Amino acid sequence: MVNSTAGKTKAEEAQASMMAVIAPAVGWLIPGAGHMIQKRWIRGVLLLVSIGTLFVLGLLMQGHIYKANGGDILDILGFIGDVGAGGMYIVTLARDWGQGAIAFAIADYGTKFMIVAGLLNFIAVADAYHIAIGKKQ
Amino acid sequence: MTLQLTHFSAAFVFALFASIVFGITHRDTARDMVRYGLYCFVMFLGGAIVAGWAMWLLRR
Repeated sequence: MVNSTAGKTKAEEAQASMMAVIAPAVGWLIPGAGHMIQKRWIRGVLLLVSIGTLFVLGLLMQGHIYKANGGDILDILGFIGDVGAGGMYIVTLARDWGQGAIAFAIADYGTKFMIVAGLLNFIAVADAYHIAIGKKQ
Repeated sequence: MTLQLTHFSAAFVFALFASIVFGITHRDTARDMVRYGLYCFVMFLGGAIVAGWAMWLLRR
């Protein structure tokens, strides 16, 4: 009985440590998914809708997406922000969307929307990790 | 297709979605999440309006 309880605890610990790796990774790829695989359905859906909508609106506003670069510091920071959007960033690059010049104010807003969506997803990923390690419910 | 948002609607959309994420990620209970989300929303949008009026006054 004692062995069985100890075994179960070890199994649970192993599952928790695995979740601490999987949840952030999945959450980065699909915003909110890190919460959903931990059964925080409402939070996950709200994160997906919020971050996804900001990113898509940014694209529709003709925002510019940054690629990996070693040039201007603002371009590097833009890339770091954009890459936080995970799967959406990968799809956008693959489809060659968001490559136009920032020609008017709304396009600049769109660029910022996509960067902020990525940065918000970084926060969501950290939150998913905190849930996985039991620091947050 | 190009989406044309006004400055205010862009600020509104930004404040709404950023506040939702802040509320969920910065607080532990559902009640606190809603309260903090609303607080962030008011601060984002209120800050934009105050900054807009401040710039209008500076311009005069």
